[in-house]
Amino acid sequence: MTDIRFSGYGGQGVIRMGLIIGKALSLYDNKYATMTQSFGPEARGSACSSQLVVSEDRVLYPYIITPEILVSMSQEAYDKYEPELKDNSIMITDNDLVKLKPLKRKIKIYSVPATRFAEELGNRIIANLVMIGFFASITKIASQDSIKKALPGLVPDRFLNLNIKAFDKGFEYGLKFLKKESNKKP
Amino acid sequence: MKKVKADPKGVLTGSHYMDGDFALAEGGLAAGCRFFGGYPITPSTETAERFSERIPMVGGVFIQMEDELASIISMIGAVWGGKKAMTVTSGPGFSLMMENIGLAAITETPLVIANVQRGGPSTGLPTLPGQQDMMQARWGSHGDYNIIALSPDSPQECFDLTIKAFNLSEIYRVPVFIMTDECIGHMHEKVVIPPAEEIEVVERKWYTGPKDKYLPFKLDKDGIPFMVKAGDGYRFHITGLTHDERGYPLLNSKAQDIKVRHIVDKINDNADKIIILEEEDIDGADIVVISYGITSRVAFRAVQTARKAGIKVGTIRLITVWPFPEKLINKLAKKVKAFVFPEINYGQMVREVERSSAGQTKVFPVHHCGGGVHNPDDIFKVIKEAAK
Repeated sequence: MTDIRFSGYGGQGVIRMGLIIGKALSLYDNKYATMTQSFGPEARGSACSSQLVVSEDRVLYPYIITPEILVSMSQEAYDKYEPELKDNSIMITDNDLVKLKPLKRKIKIYSVPATRFAEELGNRIIANLVMIGFFASITKIASQDSIKKALPGLVPDRFLNLNIKAFDKGFEYGLKFLKKESNKKP
Repeated sequence: MKKVKADPKGVLTGSHYMDGDFALAEGGLAAGCRFFGGYPITPSTETAERFSERIPMVGGVFIQMEDELASIISMIGAVWGGKKAMTVTSGPGFSLMMENIGLAAITETPLVIANVQRGGPSTGLPTLPGQQDMMQARWGSHGDYNIIALSPDSPQECFDLTIKAFNLSEIYRVPVFIMTDECIGHMHEKVVIPPAEEIEVVERKWYTGPKDKYLPFKLDKDGIPFMVKAGDGYRFHITGLTHDERGYPLLNSKAQDIKVRHIVDKINDNADKIIILEEEDIDGADIVVISYGITSRVAFRAVQTARKAGIKVGTIRLITVWPFPEKLINKLAKKVKAFVFPEINYGQMVREVERSSAGQTKVFPVHHCGGGVHNPDDIFKVIKEAAK
């Protein structure tokens, strides 16, 4: 079982990230994936999050307690949710938007300038798809094909290709990131 | 009872990643619901939104009423106009519907009301779950009457049980409630909607006899009267006053006795047919954990822990919550050491377990006052305590 939290500020498509990965896993990767999300005023402007519990068997407890993977796309969300992480968990951030604090635990950190890449592609609104691409190559939790299959219906039809481009950009960056990291190892 | 295949127009066949609220709407549309009268309220609003978008596509009507009092009355009107009708609400709106749930009960009007429960009382916790309207569902309107209530544990069951709810409402001419909660309402999971030809829908029991002979409350062999559509040329009268077979007010204790016994007993007498539940490892169990809705999933997690700790635990998941399976609980009470009953309230359905057990065994409630689901450890602790 893997508990994942996607976080950022309301409007970045943070809930959408949970929906896309959740749909990819449960409809195309044969996994059980239960998504819950923050509701109320915090979902519109300040730190908000979607939570995904991924399992080979039916998910019983629907919420996450300690995420194994935290994706943060804003400083406020990072500050709010980073303390939940335990040793050996994974932290994925937009490094233009999140300034990391000194680490107290053994956390693996992966960063991507998702918003900047999205702006270079023409629209910052697709930063979440850059992040999903990066997330997919780093964690390998959902397959590339499944995620792409999950997009129709969850992103506007006329922007489908742009979203796929954003996904690919993040995915390739993730692969490079991993390669660099494995070269570093002795 | 006439069963037909679902109208393919309303059936969104395929696999979806959908929340419970949307699944309620899709279940309604698949079951043939063609009228929605409602007033949006968190955390049920998504169901109303989905209906507003989808029901016009299948030739149905969506009306946003001025409040929940009007919502339920609009549904009663739509049903007597020949439609299948549904609404959705949460605590405060459910309270406003209460008076006319009684009207639906005494006029034997089939309709479906989903309550996506949030924490109460009053405005309470709009965006957080509760299971605190369970007794209100059964007893909320004044007078003696009966209803059916179902409790889904997932978005998939929100779809499945809404169809079931419509079918039961038509079979017994009774209001049927779907008692879900914010957690399931807003939770996304895989929902598989089968092809229309695999979905069985119960048709309304239409009267086909001579126009001057129609009696809206004359019991048929199965104890359920026939219905007609207003405007089809039948003369009939519908009132909240106690009435005779013609539907005309008859205000005396004899007519009252016949009416009250009928609307209560038609459910009680058929309880065995209406009750659906899931049992697991009941035989030889020391402890039986009873639960419903989202709490049953959390409880199963606690049960797994208890089994690992060597405790013999069986489970009962109530899918039908009203009528309550009192015969089964009474029988089990003779055999088990204790019942454990977690629910997201300060003790509601557990009273039914106590009543049905009639002092033959111990009953341990596990309270949660709303705003979240139980921590499975809290349920496990009570199982351990009960097994001592």
